[in-house]
Order: sequence, then structure tokens, then C-alpha cells
Amino acid sequence: MQSSPYANLRRKIVIILAATAILPVLLLSAINYMEFERTFTAEAQNPLRATVSKSKNSLELFMAERSSTISLIASAFSYEDLADVRTLQRIFFVMQKEFSGFVDLGLINEQGALVNYVGPHRELLGIDYSGQEWFHKVRFQNRFVSEVFRGFRLFPHVVIAAQHVTERGDRWIVRATIDTAQFMKSMSIAHFEPDSDIFLLNRKGVLQSDSLFYGKTLEQCPVPVPVQSYETRVVNTSDHNGRPILLSYCYLAGSDFVLVAVKQNVNPFQSWFMLRTDILLILCVSILAIYTVAARTVGTLIARLQESDKEREQAMLQMEHSQKLSSIGRLAAGVAHEINNPLAIINEKAGLLCDILEMEQAFPRREQFDSNLKAISNAVARCRDITHRMLGFARRMDVKIEELDVNAVLSETLLFLEKEAQHRSIVIIQELADGLPKIACDRGQLQQVFLNVLNNALAAVDDGGETRIRSALHGKDAVAISIADNGVGMDEETKKHIFEPFFTTKKEKGTGLGMSIIYGIVKRHGGEIQVDSAMGKGTTITIILPAGHLPAGA
Amino acid sequence: MPDARHPLKLLMVDDERDFALTLAERLELRGFTPSVAFDGESALERVRGEHFDLVLLDVMLPGLSGLTVLRRIREMQPGLPVVLLTGNAGAKDGAEGIQQGARACINKPLDLQELLSLFAEIAKESRHA
Repeated sequence: MQSSPYANLRRKIVIILAATAILPVLLLSAINYMEFERTFTAEAQNPLRATVSKSKNSLELFMAERSSTISLIASAFSYEDLADVRTLQRIFFVMQKEFSGFVDLGLINEQGALVNYVGPHRELLGIDYSGQEWFHKVRFQNRFVSEVFRGFRLFPHVVIAAQHVTERGDRWIVRATIDTAQFMKSMSIAHFEPDSDIFLLNRKGVLQSDSLFYGKTLEQCPVPVPVQSYETRVVNTSDHNGRPILLSYCYLAGSDFVLVAVKQNVNPFQSWFMLRTDILLILCVSILAIYTVAARTVGTLIARLQESDKEREQAMLQMEHSQKLSSIGRLAAGVAHEINNPLAIINEKAGLLCDILEMEQAFPRREQFDSNLKAISNAVARCRDITHRMLGFARRMDVKIEELDVNAVLSETLLFLEKEAQHRSIVIIQELADGLPKIACDRGQLQQVFLNVLNNALAAVDDGGETRIRSALHGKDAVAISIADNGVGMDEETKKHIFEPFFTTKKEKGTGLGMSIIYGIVKRHGGEIQVDSAMGKGTTITIILPAGHLPAGA
Repeated sequence: MPDARHPLKLLMVDDERDFALTLAERLELRGFTPSVAFDGESALERVRGEHFDLVLLDVMLPGLSGLTVLRRIREMQPGLPVVLLTGNAGAKDGAEGIQQGARACINKPLDLQELLSLFAEIAKESRHA
């Protein structure tokens, strides 16, 4: 009945406390997670980036070397030398020895006709290039590097052409074909990694070299051309099949080429997995620890709170109880006092009538009058007892520590119960020792202690039972008062809880406060209460109170 | 029992007229000479003007309280025994009265026999004195 608000409070505090502690941990873990993920991604991307950068440099160098060579040949030799088949053959031979990739070499005159040729396609001799675009480009720019194309040949190639113009204004063009596929193959082997591919695209997305994954040279690449960038870039994207790929690329300056490297199976990596698991584990353990500590601490706190609340409630109830008694007492005192005066008049009037009756010599029905007047006197005497008792009860509400004779207080208390005992023919045996030391206590409280125990004793015995009251010296300087009955006795459970507030065996008739109140009183006076009981045999309650003297002058 | 030669002269002070008069009548029947006062002022006047052997004084009085009257009587005639009557058995007033020199404090309703033996005791004491 009480647990619910405490459980609520507990839950709230635990949640607030845990949230305050867990939130920063979560935040930190998230930041860590992202930071690590970035590091790991960069680590994964770097090799691919390096591959593209290196390949780009190599490719640019490769092309630059070859185009310089062609330029040199065009300038270093005269038209006649170049037109000579044998000389051209020798030059081509040296070129092939020095530089890989050259397929053929040709000389084109001013009109665009192929006048000399060394290479596998001698049938091209005499062909006219003047209608072709590259021819015009080389005439303006002196140098030209083509895209990959098939041209008149049947394999993909790149054409490099250089024009030489003499001082006299004569001009000729040296033209060489280079097999780039060969070069790319060597590159992809050099940078070979499993699941990776390196290839060239032009800006229209046509493959300029063979790709491991996306087709042969001059086929359309299914992966879209990435955004223009002359810096090497790495992007996480997916290919035409929707598989995640790591794509690194770079546009080559001064040409139409885009160098692309692709890594498939972009699996997150073992170490990242492990680290992620670690972070998660640490997070979980932290949260668990924080929660446990918070829950434990708050639990203890709430338990203490609950305990102290309960104690306070008990104190309040006891106070309420004694206040109730006190106001009942005051009321009783007022009533008793008010009644005493008319009672005194009745008493005296009846007495006077008796006196008069006695003086009369001959009075008819004297005996009848006499007995009735006696009855009135007796009734008054009973009323007086009652009012005196009520006044005594009221007086007890004011706490005043006195030196008390235990036997006297016991006898006084017994007066309250005599009538009940008589009615139920319960024998009360008193074995009170003489010469006991006095104890310092409030009379009312001591009476309350005895009254409660005696009440319980009377409640426990059947009509005709027996209650034995003993007082004796206990040790050197204490008094033991034991009240024994031969009633029903108590079971273990009752014995265990006898001093707990609100514990009662009397159902509606008891408040459950009696024993707890007297326990408090006896403890306050430095005494103790012993309970000895057996089912069916009876109960003996022994109250031990230390002898006490009032301090001088009190 | 009062001495025939020297009947005990009493002053009864109580605002309950019925009670005071009836008790006075009963005491008179027993050979005492009681006078009655219904408040403190007139009681003090009587004490000032007459000789009494004993004063029976109710603690609860209108006007001057019983304890004040007691104090005044003690001042005037320290040798005059005063017995207090109270309707509030065991109250502090009774104990305080005894401390201030009252001979005894008797609870109302009275036990006449108790009162008479107290009177006899007081008479004996005063004779010895």
C-alpha cells in the first residue's frame, strides 16, 4: 500500500540519475564511433587513392616521353632522311628498343599523304589523312595525342603526332601509334590487389583500356563517369549491379582520359568490426554499471527514507494516540469535577435524611427508608469512585517523573481491573516483595505499562482463569515485575511481532499500539521487557526497570 | 466528637449553597457550631470578626479563589486550622493548599466519618496546644 509511491520515486530518481550519467557516455561513444569510422574509412581508401595517383603519374610520364620522342624525331631528322625507308626503319628499331608501346611509325607530308611507314600495316602507304580531324589539329598545335580509337587498324590504339616546320617553311608530320592497352595491363599488374581494377575512361564513359569488371576497350562502361576532378578523389558508391564499390579516379590534364580504380567487396574490415564491438561492449558495461550503482544507491536511500517515514508515522500515531488520550482525560476531568458537586449535595441530603430518621423515635416504614437511603449513599460512593478514577486518569496525561513505589502503582492499576476480574471470576494473585527500591518514572506511564500488560493477560485467560502478579528485586539495582497468566499463550509469529506497532491479535478491538507504546516507555526508562510464552500454557511478561533516584532539587 | 463544654466552632465556605447548608445542618446535629459563607470575601470578614476553631474551605470559589482565601487566613490567624474541600480529587490545587499550610484536603463527595475523625484529631491537637 505504501510501496507504490516509493517505487515511483525510486524509479524517477534512478532514471534521472542514470540518464545524467549515461548520456555523456553515449555521446562520447558516438563521437568515438564516428571518429574511428572516419579513420578506418580513410585507411581503407588510401591504398586506392595512392594507386590512382601513382598510375596517373606513370601514365602522364609515359605519354609525355613518347610524345617528346616523336617531336624529337620530327625535328632531328630531315624530310629526306625520314622519307627513306631504311632510315625510318632504323629509327623505329631504336625507338622500340628504348620505349615500349610503339606499334608503328609514319611520315606524312604537307598534303596529308602517308609517304613513309614502318610497322605491321604497310598497305596504309599512300593513304590520305588530310580529311581527318587530327591532321588539322596537329597542323595548328604541332603536337597531338588522340583518344583511343580503332581507326584503320583493328585494335584500339592511341595516335601521337608531331609536326616539324623548317626555317624555309617546309613542314612534315611524324606519326606513331601506341598500344595503351599494354601499358594499362602492366599498370594493373603493378598495382594488383584482389577485387580491384584499374582502367581508363574518356569523358563520354567509353572504356579506353580493358577493364576486369566492366568490359573491353571501346565498350561503354556501365559505371557512370564521376564528377570532374583533376585531384585524385575517392567515393563510396555502387556499381550498375547495386554492389557497393570504392571508386577512386582522376581526370588527366590535357587529355580526354579519366583514370579510374575500383575496389569491389568493400567489406568493413575485421579490425573495425572488433573495435566497434569493443566500443559497444564498453558502452553496455558502462551503462550497466552506472545503472546498477544508481539503482543500488537510490534503493538504499529510498529504503532509509521509507524507514524514517515509517518511524515518523509511528511517532505521529503514538503522539496522536496520547493526544487523544489526553483530551479524553481532560474531558473526563471536567465531567468528573462537574459531577462531583451535585454528587456531594445528593450525598449530604441523603446523609441528613439518615440523621433525621435516626432521631425520630417512632417512624413508620423506617426500615424501608433506611435501606433506600443506604442505597443512595452506596450509589454516590460508586459514583465517587468513578469520578476519582476519571480524574486520576486525566492526571496521568501530564508527564511528571517521580520516585515511585512499584507495588503501590501496581495496586492502583489493579483497581481499574478489579471489576472485570470479578465479573469473569479471574483470580488475581499478588506476590509483591517488600522493600523494593524506588524507580524514577512518570506515574501515568508506569500505570499505562502495567495496565496494558494486565489487560492483555486478562484478555488471554478464559473466565475463571488466573493471573499472577509478582514484583521482586532483579539483580542489585533493578525491579522485576512479572505478570503471568495461564491463558492461550502466543505462537512464535506473535512473539516475534509483539512489540511492532499495529500488530494485533484482537482484530477490531485492538489498535495494535499498546505493546509498542509500553515498549517505548520501558526502553525510555532504561528497562527491558521479556516475553515468555507457550501455546496453551500461558504467557509471562517480565518488565525490568532500573532503580532510580531523582536528581537533587528536581 | 466535640467536647460538650467546648463545642467546635466551624466556618464553612462553599458557593454550593445546598451543599454547605445541608452539611452545616448535619454537623449541627452532631454538636458542632457551624457558620456558612458562600464566597471568599464574606468568609474573610467572618474570620476577622469572630473566633472559629476550624475553617472548611472549598478550593473552587467564585471571586477570590480558595487558595487566596487560605493565604489571607494564614496571614491573619496562622493558628487557625483550615481543611480544604475539592471536587477535583488529586488536583494540584489540593497539594498546593497543603503546602501553604492547609491541615488537609478532603475530596467531594465527602465521607462524613472521615471528616469527623479529622475534626476529632484537630480538636485533640488544639486542646494539647
